[in-house]
Amino acid sequence: MNKANSKAAMDDYIIRMINLNKWYGNFHVLKDINLDVKQGERIVICGPSGSGKSTLIRCINHLEEHQKGQIIIEGEELTGDIKHLEKVRTNVGMCFQHFNLFPHLSIMDNLTLAPIWVRKTPKAQAEADAMKYLERVKIPDQADKYPGQLSGGQQQRVAIARSLCMNPKVMLFDEPTSALDPEMISEVLDVMVELAEEGGMTMLCVTHEMGFAKQVADRVIFMDAGQIIEENTPNEFFNNPQSERTQLFLSQIIH
Amino acid sequence: MSTQEQGLTPGKPPIWNDPHYRALFFQILLIIGLGAFLFTIVSNTLSNMENRGISTGFAFLSERSGFDILQSLIPYSADSTYGRTFIVGLLNTILITVLGVVVATILGFIVGVARLSKNWLIAKIATVYIETFRNIPLLIQIFFWYFVVLRAMPSAKNSMSFMDSFFLNVRGLYTPYPVAAEGFDFTLIAMAIGVIAAFVVRSWAKKRQNATGQQFPIFWTALGLIFGLPLIVFLLSGSPLTWDIPELQRFNFQGGTRIIPELLALLIALSIYTAAFIAEIVRSGILAVSKGQSEAALSLGLQPNQNLRLVVIPQAMRVIIPPMTSQYLNLAKNSSLATAIGYPDIVSVYMGTTLNQTGQAVEIIAMTMAVYLTISLTISLFMNWYNAKMALVER
Amino acid sequence: MSVTDKMLPALPAPNDAKGPIHWLKTNLFSSPINTIFTIIALYLLYIVVPPAINWAFIDADWFATSREGCSREGACWAYIYNRFGQTIYGFYPPEEQWRVNTAFLSLILLCIPLFIESFSKKSWLGGFILLIFPFIAYIFIHGGYFGLEVISTDKWGGLMLTLIISIVGIALALPLGIILALGRRSHMPIVKSVSVIFIEFWRGVPLITVLFMSSVMLPLFLPEGSDFDKLARAMIGIILFQAAYVAEVVRGGLQAIPKGQYEAALAMGLTYWKSMFLVILPQALKLVIPGLVNTFIALFKDTTLVLIIGLFDLLGMVENVLGSDSKWLGFHTEGLVYAGFVFWLFCFAMSRYSMSLERKLHTGH
Repeated sequence: MNKANSKAAMDDYIIRMINLNKWYGNFHVLKDINLDVKQGERIVICGPSGSGKSTLIRCINHLEEHQKGQIIIEGEELTGDIKHLEKVRTNVGMCFQHFNLFPHLSIMDNLTLAPIWVRKTPKAQAEADAMKYLERVKIPDQADKYPGQLSGGQQQRVAIARSLCMNPKVMLFDEPTSALDPEMISEVLDVMVELAEEGGMTMLCVTHEMGFAKQVADRVIFMDAGQIIEENTPNEFFNNPQSERTQLFLSQIIH
Repeated sequence: MSTQEQGLTPGKPPIWNDPHYRALFFQILLIIGLGAFLFTIVSNTLSNMENRGISTGFAFLSERSGFDILQSLIPYSADSTYGRTFIVGLLNTILITVLGVVVATILGFIVGVARLSKNWLIAKIATVYIETFRNIPLLIQIFFWYFVVLRAMPSAKNSMSFMDSFFLNVRGLYTPYPVAAEGFDFTLIAMAIGVIAAFVVRSWAKKRQNATGQQFPIFWTALGLIFGLPLIVFLLSGSPLTWDIPELQRFNFQGGTRIIPELLALLIALSIYTAAFIAEIVRSGILAVSKGQSEAALSLGLQPNQNLRLVVIPQAMRVIIPPMTSQYLNLAKNSSLATAIGYPDIVSVYMGTTLNQTGQAVEIIAMTMAVYLTISLTISLFMNWYNAKMALVER
Repeated sequence: MSVTDKMLPALPAPNDAKGPIHWLKTNLFSSPINTIFTIIALYLLYIVVPPAINWAFIDADWFATSREGCSREGACWAYIYNRFGQTIYGFYPPEEQWRVNTAFLSLILLCIPLFIESFSKKSWLGGFILLIFPFIAYIFIHGGYFGLEVISTDKWGGLMLTLIISIVGIALALPLGIILALGRRSHMPIVKSVSVIFIEFWRGVPLITVLFMSSVMLPLFLPEGSDFDKLARAMIGIILFQAAYVAEVVRGGLQAIPKGQYEAALAMGLTYWKSMFLVILPQALKLVIPGLVNTFIALFKDTTLVLIIGLFDLLGMVENVLGSDSKWLGFHTEGLVYAGFVFWLFCFAMSRYSMSLERKLHTGH
């Protein structure tokens, strides 16, 4: 495949997955996934547990290795190449279900750790940028606290700010609100909505929050048993689900 | 009924039902009971000792001891006092404890990390090591190394030798002993300068990183300063260090220094035994840091070694240090088994020989226990300080 | 927009992602460093394991009546085989050994209901085993009543003595330890200080000094003329020593019980002792059973120290008695390996049990 030729065609696409297959041991967890993501697109992935949706996005920043197929990020194929991996991970940010903030560092240190050690930013600059993002997620006064002192919703917002400090081109969200108490879910979703609408960030989000999908998503993807069953605009997806499995799933979560 | 006149101060129950007075009464009873108990014991002891002709007091500390000690870090002979015997024993205990802690920690870390290795063979060998040495009593292991391994060493004439300078035989391990010649002081000064310079470079490099973001190879530079600088000075000043190498003369070795088999056996057994426990502590410490932490660090673009240094190890240390200091304490206490093979630690020469000779059990046992209690307390205080300093800040 | 109703079948993993070759590649030879380690490890195993197996099994002599019957190439297990009884019972007369066997057998039988899930009187049974049974067993083994011949404690030895010291030690240390743990958590300053001093004292000194102390100093503490059984002296020291460790383990359990439990018990009108006995301690003790088993394992290993004060536990018998028999000189290694193996067997089994208990109790929470 001539890189120069196809680069023009692929320029629109920031992430491409071509016939992606993954096995855990003998268990076939991702089956022939084909997905193309344009710059600035917001994609919501939903599905029953065990459908492989988390595995899918974790393959993008190589937290999981795939055995067959290709993942192409910004025109370059994702192999185990460590130099390429470095570049990918600085351009792709990730938010986890359990936040994974570093408990032994203050909030400010959590945010400036990667800019200082990876992008080699001077400390004062890194801290100024961090404060900017803390303000954006609306908790600038917590900069000197420690993760253990914050509520779940605050921790997740800090986690989002931490990823943003690296100025990624794509943000991956792995069930960001599933571990939160109900009253804190909206404060995190608000941040994610602002990120999508004001910031124009490319987002892939695994979530059950259908309100968020309706408001922000360009496409909704339904996965089951390791393959993509249905993919459509939110309007069509929710009002007119085509597949039986999609209909079953939607009836179970919207009640 | 005015509520302002009645009920401002709560009523008091009668004394015998008041919990405060009951508690006070109970504690007074306890003190009286303990006091009476201690009094009986002390008076019995004093009268028993008088009847048996055992003297009391610490005057025996300035009496002549009359026996030699196998290994002494300070000058000692049969003419030395019992007080000096105490010091020699104490130093020997400290020696084996410090050596044991160092070797056990290094070995324990290696085995602990090996246990987590992705290499199946290495991980299994580490597991076998841990499960074997943890479950066999330490005394058996000491006997094994002393009676079975070291006693089976060849005689002096047929010693196992390494590089013609180290000799292992049934009388112990003979090693070369460094003799500093004129001008060696410069090398020592250079080393001190190297250490100071390393700190200065580190602080400068940190400031530079904060200001400009550039990183500096602090570790290698420091290593070069601490070891390389003295080495250069050493060579330039004509290598003013000679080695007194042990040489076989007729039946025995002269020169160099001898490490007695008792120390060797005790050190090997103690280290191997304690390392098995430290390995488990290290393993659970590393496992305690959830995988999500590493995933978050790697997702941010940190390199694996940066992840280890900045995220995993600081958190693992919090979990590792408290139980590890417990193991150090156990090692210090277990060193008292020296008495079973004749290594002259404090239990062996003081609570053993000296007690046999003077019969002053109470004073001697009390002093020995006081030594161990001091060691325990020091380690406990350190642990409390460390825990307070490192505690994760939480709501 | 796309939709599919065709469910893809699950395919087996590609060949280079599974199978024995793949396993070898990822587990043993995944990188140059790992390959080097594997080769070094295999080499080390090669020089250690076959000679050991040769010595212990292939060239060993299992049956012989004296040392001439043992060739020197392999282990002489005949040495152990001939003196096996002494390693188990010490100097206990062979004709009376049925008494020891009965006592231990009844202990095992009494313990079996504790493992049966549906058995309801577990706490009563446990209390009986820990507090009353030791006395019955003592009378039975020691004799003097019911026409049983007196076998004094200086004849007790071997594995039997090791088990007696450890079991009685933990059994009597348990109540004392619980009281100390409660005392350490008390709000009364004198009670708390006394408990803390007691616990930290016994935890800070080595067991050897405790054994010396009880061996040498205890007779001095008592009025003139009271003669003290050597084993009893050692047991007192061991019990006080172990009580401190048990106290710390139980304290951990008490701390883990949520404050709400204490408050609920008080709110019901229970007094301090009743709430402890009926509500708190049952929960706390169940939590710390793995910790108590670990303490028992440590005590079991520590009983070897009694040989230093002249009691002949399993190691003591092997070292001092078997080793000085002129018929069997020179088989020190076999004796140590045998003793080490027996201890290892007990300790390994107990630690596995403790680990499975921990796992079971964790899932219960």
